[in-house]
Amino acid sequence: MTPELKGFLLFSVLKMLAVFTMVMVGVALLTLMERKIAGWIQNRPGPNRVGPWGLLQPVADGIKNFAKEETRPAEASQGLFMLAPAMAFIPAVTLMAVIPLAAPLPLEVDWTLPLIGRIVHTGDLPLVVADLPIGFLFILAMSSLGVYGVALAGWSSNSKYSLLGGLRASAQMVSYEVALGLSLIPVLLLSGNVAFSELIARQQEGLWFIFPLTLSFFLFLVSGFAETNRLPFDMPEAESELVAGYHAEYSAMKFSLFMIGEYAHIVTIAAMIATVFLGGWDIPFTTWDEQGGVLQTLATHAAFFAKMFFWIFFVMWIRWTLPRFRYDQLMSLGWKVMLPLALAYIMVTAGAIWGIDRAWPAAGPVGRSAALFGLNLVICWLVFFRLDRGRVMRGVSSRPLARARVEG
Amino acid sequence: MAIGVKVMQRPDRGVSYVRATLKGMALTFKHLLQPKVTMEYPEQRSSDDWRISTRLRGTHRMLTDEQGRTKCVACGLCPQVCPANCIKLVPGEDEQGNRYPLIYEIDEFRCVFCGYCQEVCPEEAIHVGVHYENAEYSRDRFVYDHERLVAQTHPVSTLWDPADPRGE
Repeated sequence: MTPELKGFLLFSVLKMLAVFTMVMVGVALLTLMERKIAGWIQNRPGPNRVGPWGLLQPVADGIKNFAKEETRPAEASQGLFMLAPAMAFIPAVTLMAVIPLAAPLPLEVDWTLPLIGRIVHTGDLPLVVADLPIGFLFILAMSSLGVYGVALAGWSSNSKYSLLGGLRASAQMVSYEVALGLSLIPVLLLSGNVAFSELIARQQEGLWFIFPLTLSFFLFLVSGFAETNRLPFDMPEAESELVAGYHAEYSAMKFSLFMIGEYAHIVTIAAMIATVFLGGWDIPFTTWDEQGGVLQTLATHAAFFAKMFFWIFFVMWIRWTLPRFRYDQLMSLGWKVMLPLALAYIMVTAGAIWGIDRAWPAAGPVGRSAALFGLNLVICWLVFFRLDRGRVMRGVSSRPLARARVEG
Repeated sequence: MAIGVKVMQRPDRGVSYVRATLKGMALTFKHLLQPKVTMEYPEQRSSDDWRISTRLRGTHRMLTDEQGRTKCVACGLCPQVCPANCIKLVPGEDEQGNRYPLIYEIDEFRCVFCGYCQEVCPEEAIHVGVHYENAEYSRDRFVYDHERLVAQTHPVSTLWDPADPRGE
C-alpha cells in the first residue's frame, strides 16, 4: 500500500467512527429531547429524575433494554423475525455516510505511525464519509430499503396488528417515496447534479434552494415525514388502532433497534433538508467559510448542525401539534395531491429555467434563483390559498354520505 | 340520527390545511415556553392551588387520652359496622372493670376506607387519617396493630357534615 492510500483509509475509518458514534449518541439524546419537548408542549417538565435535567435517561433506557427479557412469538417466522430489526436499522444509519458535515478541511500530513507505517495526506479532506457522485440517489435508494424491515417485521410476527401495521407501512412508504423522489427532480434541474458537495457549491453561488424551489422543499418536507413514519403519518404504528403496529411483538433490544432506526431516519431527513434546501454547511452572506481552515471547518459544522437541529426540532414540534391522519386521507394526499403537484412543479420549473436562460442569458446564479423565487411566490400563493381550501384534506363531515345523514 | 349524538359542525370548505397547521404550531410553541404546571411530588407536596382535602380517608389512627392511654373501650361497634370486615378486636378488662382492647388490628389491605369506624365510634378513638404514603416492604406490615395505630401522628379526617356538604 502506498502512503497515500494508507492516509485515505485511516482518515476514512476515523470519519466513519466519528459519524457512527455521533449518530448513535445523537439518537440516544434525541429520544430524551423528544420526551422533553413532549413535556414542554404539554406544560410538563419532561423526564428530569435520572441525572441532571434527565440527561442520563437515555442511558437508563439503554441499560433497561439490554437487560430486559426478549420474548419471541412461538408462531413467528424466526429467521425473518430476527432479521427485521436489523433491516430497519442498518439502512437508517448508513444514510448519514453521504451527508457533508462541514467545509473540506485542508490537511497536509506526512506522519510515520507505529503499526501503520508512513501515511501521507495532501489537499482537502472532505468531511463526509463517502462523497458519492450519486448523492441523494443513494439516500433515496437506502431509505426505501427501510420499508423491508418494517414490512418483514409486520409479516414475520404472525400477529394481525403487526401485519396490518406492516402493510400500511409498505403502502405508505411506497406512495410517498414517489413524491419524495419527484420533489428532488427540480433540484436536479436547477443544479445539474445530484452529488451533495455539488449541491452545496451551487447554493453558495446562488441562493439556497429553498428560495428558488419553495414548493419542492415543502413537498420534500411532507413526504419526508411520511418516510420516517412520524406523526401525522405514523400509520404503521398507530397505537390507538394497531396496538403498536409492526413492532407490537418486539421487545427489549430488538424494539430498541426499531426506535433507533426511526430516530436515525429523522436525523437523516433533517440533514437532507439542511443540505439540499438550506445550503448544507454554508454560512450565508459571507465567503469566509469557503476559504478552508480549521476554524472555518468548525464554524461551518456548527452552521450545519444548527440547521439540522432546527429540522429535528421541527419534526418533534409537528408531532405534538397534528393528530394522525386517517388512512384514506393519507393515501389520497399522497396520490391525489402530492404526486400531481410534484409532477406539475417539475414541468413548471423546467419551463421556467428554460425560459429564464432564453430571455435573460446574462443572469448569474443569483439572478436565476431570484427570478425563480418570484415565480415560486406565485406558485405558493396558488397552492396554499387557492388549491388548499378544504380540498387537500377533507374532514368526515364533508363526505357526501356523512352529510346526507346529518341533514336527514 | 341517533338521539343525543352531538354532531360537530366542522368547517369543510374554505379551510386551508397548511395555514391551520401553522396556527396549531404557533399554539404548541406558545405552550412550549409557558411555565410548567407539574407539581414535583416528592419534593413538593402541596401548592396554593392543590392541597389535600381534610376529608381524605386514609390509613387509620387511634387517639389517646391525656395519660397516653388508648381511648378505645373495646365496645365492638367498629368491627360490627366494618363492611370489609378488616378490624380484629379482642376485648379485655382490667381490675377496675375498664374494658380495653387486648388485640386491635386493622388489615389496611382489606379496608375500603369508608370511614364508618370513625363515624360509629362512641369514644372518638379510631379515626381514618389524612395520610397516603404507606409503602412497605412486606404484606404483613399492612396489618396495623394497636400499638402502631396509636403511634400514628398524621391528622385525622373530618367527617362529612350534611350542614356543610362542600367542606367550606
